[in-house]
Amino acid sequence: MSSLRSPEDAFGMNESMKATAVNGVPQSGEGIAGRSLVQLTMVRFREFWREPEAVFWVFVFPVLLTGGLGIAFRNQPAEVLKVGAVEATVSAALSREKRLSVQIMDRSTGETGLSTGRIALLVLPGEEGVVYRYDDTNPEARTARLLVDRALQRAAGAADLVQTSDDIVREPGSRYIDFVVPGLLGMNLMGSGIWGLGFAVVDARRKKLLKRLVASPMRRWEYLLSFLLSRLVLLSFEVAALVGFAVWIFHVPLRGSVGELALLCLVASLMFSALGLLIASRAQTIEAASGLMNFVMLPMWILSGVFFSAERFPESVLPFIRALPLTAVIDTLRANMLQGTPLAGMFWPLAIITAWGLLSFFVALRIFRWR
Amino acid sequence: MEAPVTPLSLSIRGLRKSFGNVVAVDGIDVGASNGECLGLLGPNGAGKTTTIEICEGLTRPDAGEVELLGLSWRHNADELRQRIGIQLQETQFSDKLTVEETLRLFRSFYRSGPSVFDLIAAVRLEEKRAARVMGLSGGQKQRLALACALAGNPDLLFLDEPTTGLDPQARRQVWELVAQLKHSGRTIILTTHYMEEAERLCDRVAIIDHGRIMALGTPRELIASIGIGHVVEFAFNGVTGPLELSTLAALEGVRGAHAENGLYRLSVSELHRSVPALFEHLAGQGIELSELRTHSPTLEDVFVALTGRRLRDE
Ligand SMILES: Nc1ncnc2c1ncn2[C@@H]1O[C@H](COP(=O)(O)OP(=O)(O)OP(=O)(O)O)[C@@H](O)[C@H]1O
Ligand SMILES: [Mg+2]
Repeated sequence: MSSLRSPEDAFGMNESMKATAVNGVPQSGEGIAGRSLVQLTMVRFREFWREPEAVFWVFVFPVLLTGGLGIAFRNQPAEVLKVGAVEATVSAALSREKRLSVQIMDRSTGETGLSTGRIALLVLPGEEGVVYRYDDTNPEARTARLLVDRALQRAAGAADLVQTSDDIVREPGSRYIDFVVPGLLGMNLMGSGIWGLGFAVVDARRKKLLKRLVASPMRRWEYLLSFLLSRLVLLSFEVAALVGFAVWIFHVPLRGSVGELALLCLVASLMFSALGLLIASRAQTIEAASGLMNFVMLPMWILSGVFFSAERFPESVLPFIRALPLTAVIDTLRANMLQGTPLAGMFWPLAIITAWGLLSFFVALRIFRWR
Repeated sequence: MEAPVTPLSLSIRGLRKSFGNVVAVDGIDVGASNGECLGLLGPNGAGKTTTIEICEGLTRPDAGEVELLGLSWRHNADELRQRIGIQLQETQFSDKLTVEETLRLFRSFYRSGPSVFDLIAAVRLEEKRAARVMGLSGGQKQRLALACALAGNPDLLFLDEPTTGLDPQARRQVWELVAQLKHSGRTIILTTHYMEEAERLCDRVAIIDHGRIMALGTPRELIASIGIGHVVEFAFNGVTGPLELSTLAALEGVRGAHAENGLYRLSVSELHRSVPALFEHLAGQGIELSELRTHSPTLEDVFVALTGRRLRDE
């Protein structure tokens, strides 16, 4: 054979290679970095980091959204309510109440002010005493009604019969931001699990790279496992970024065990990855895959209680909503973070998550198209 | 065909494959001996890729046997994947990886083989080692695919249209590489629809059409088998209607006549008799030639002689 080999044969090592193959001595390649599972997993990371959009959606967007919602729905100091009065005597009586800001105006200006929301309540002269004009479905107007009435009664000489004083507590844990952060965390786990796996698999299939890989000695389970391993690492950064930001800036409470929270995120992420694998198991084009992904995720964004409680939907559809994977995930996250419930106390949502994960994974394996 | 003297690296017997009611491979028997380069030459849809993908273990045949390196897919799939090298007709590698990273990945699948640097050197991509796949030219991508095929130092290589879509310079570079691989003693199975490629690289060529082997032999044997010494091609100006092919074929020394898009093609055995006869015939009809070429027959002419069609219209 050596007589056949041209001098420029760039391998220059055919003989020795063939000899090792004959002796069955595997050539110890390049240590651990040469292992296919390590290489496959590193490819996942490289593909992720080199896609700036993916980095944005996974890491930056959730933090921005949390910040935005936290600021928009922050609990403001008790507001001063604006009211209007037609008579100067009334106005003088009300001006002593700090939580009200009163303005004298004629009746028609007052009515316009009411309808445009500039004032919450208008005090008109009545046949005897005064008339309050306001919208009783508006909480601000109802508060104004109470404050105005008390101020007028006091000015007329009414005395407090019971001595009272205020002891104000503003407790983290019951604010909107506390409610929404576990929801955003669940949504993020779903997005990165399904998109992260789905697009990469379908893209490789579309490019016939998947076919090329299975024609090589690559072990198929290593290919799939590389996705889970990379997910695991990215997951820890992703969760740390979002939860860390929420705790640091908004003092969102972590009442349950942090270790259990990490475990919940891990289980949720694996389940969504399995769902992503199922969605990507046959699609041939990116368009088909993203259509399927939106079809699966959109209902959950709306129904699963990310931004408002799922319990607001009619009783008849609640069992269906509770069975959605994202609902179950968000339930467990809220129970852990806000109520401090231990894992033992979340049997049903955990059972739902496990069932979705296992079912998706085994169906995906059965129907997966490698070419 | 003479019996092979060296053991067969590849043997295909009675291969058949249909997709629905499309018969892609319709009974193919062929073998390649150790160190040989066998070409499958045929037009689009001839069944080349289907045949080669059955050999690569990617497609299951409806009928027939394939044996590679004395092993079969049924019993030795893992071993076979280690020992063959594959380049598919269309693979796009991940755009975001570099040449080196791509090769490191493929190299990691094989228990033995050249180092990543040797692979890069083998396909002359040293300058592009750290470049992303996205920025490679078509020829460079094709050479990367070739390097991936070599990652396990294979004894048997399958190359499916390694030069389709490349410009002539890139094509010549790939030819050089393939020639070198052949010299290093590997068995190569190559599909192509360029007759020049088949003539240059292949020891033997199987001409395939409609899933069947129409002819098999060395390029020289195949060309000799059609028994024509030369090919004369001509076209003419003017309003004259199409010429009678049967009249042309009856001219002295002409063995056959074809016409396509106003270009006439005569297979002739003796140039010095046929050309004057052709001139006389055309002059007799007052026809002015706009083009006249003669050349020695090529595999293209073999294909035309066998099927009445051209390999590809370029
Ligand atoms: N997966 C498939 N499903 C349906 N039909 C197929 C499939 N693969 C190939 N065919 C059909 O089988 C026939 C042979 O195809 P094949 O790809 O083997 O041809 P080819 O010789 O490689 O052609 P080309 O030069 O265009 O690559 C074609 O008619 C093709 O349409
Ligand atoms: Mg083909």
